[in-house]
Amino acid sequence: MQGVKDCIPTLLGYLSIGFAAGVIEITAGLSLAETALLSLIVYAGSAQFIAAGMLASSGSATAIIFTIFFVNLRHLLLSAAVSPYFRHLTPLKNMWIGSLLTDESFGVAMTRAIGRKTLSERWMHGLNITAYLNWFVANMAGAYFGRWITNPERLGLDFALPAMFIGLVVLQLMQRKNKKLHINVAIIAVVCVIFASMASLGSMSVIVAAVIAATMGVVMERWK
Amino acid sequence: MEVRWDVFWIIMGSALLTFIPRVLPLMLFSKIQIPMWLLRWLEYVPVAVMAALIGQELFMADNQLLPITHNPALWAALPTIAVAIWTRSLLGTVLVGIVAMMILRYLMG
Repeated sequence: MQGVKDCIPTLLGYLSIGFAAGVIEITAGLSLAETALLSLIVYAGSAQFIAAGMLASSGSATAIIFTIFFVNLRHLLLSAAVSPYFRHLTPLKNMWIGSLLTDESFGVAMTRAIGRKTLSERWMHGLNITAYLNWFVANMAGAYFGRWITNPERLGLDFALPAMFIGLVVLQLMQRKNKKLHINVAIIAVVCVIFASMASLGSMSVIVAAVIAATMGVVMERWK
Repeated sequence: MEVRWDVFWIIMGSALLTFIPRVLPLMLFSKIQIPMWLLRWLEYVPVAVMAALIGQELFMADNQLLPITHNPALWAALPTIAVAIWTRSLLGTVLVGIVAMMILRYLMG
């Protein structure tokens, strides 16, 4: 139950982003059933925004799936980063934990992990399942009301995702002991992603930039 | 209320390629000892990934650097960051971001 409680602060954030995602999926021409399926089995805000956007501009299936894969490669890093706290569980149990891992549940879990050696399985399921159900409800609400919104960009709804990432980075930075180092890592990541994008690395840009910036973090840490 | 077949397969493919990176490290590292340097590195990963995503959203469009004068997202980010620092509320941050973006799009036409 504590996991459910710890999820509550993120619920309203999910609701607004999930709502925006639902609106964008419906206005991109997806049916209500397709939106529900996307929300239930893909369950990733960024992937859903991309899928909707590319389906609307009639991108090819392979292009859509691979773009989503590269954007979701960051989950490799998130999953690896939480793994030390679940080493006491079997691989199968870890699979269930990982299958519902999101940027937000990761953020909440890492916050709770500060000063701890392990996290409880029950706590994590409470957190994950609360977030999952809330996301589905938000998506459906957005899809339902989306029928009356003809131009989501005019309402700034497409900015929900970047705004959430800004919020998550700021919250992460506030909790870190070595704030300066993390701020430097963030700045390096932004600069790198700009260069990587200009070098036409496309959807690999984010991964390349993140790997370089995190590595620089370790290097700078040694320097001191 | 229908599901088209091509959309169905796109969703299935996306779901699989979302599932694998989410669960693979968690499953592997429960059996294998993670080296210390990797743990140090992993500590910087979340901020690095999210900052990179923000950077791409705010500065780039089609691999081109957006001009500052025609980039409402960049300007909308300023009040969004300020609210995030002051309130430390995810919801407040998202709502202010959306409203700022709406106003800027209206002003910039």
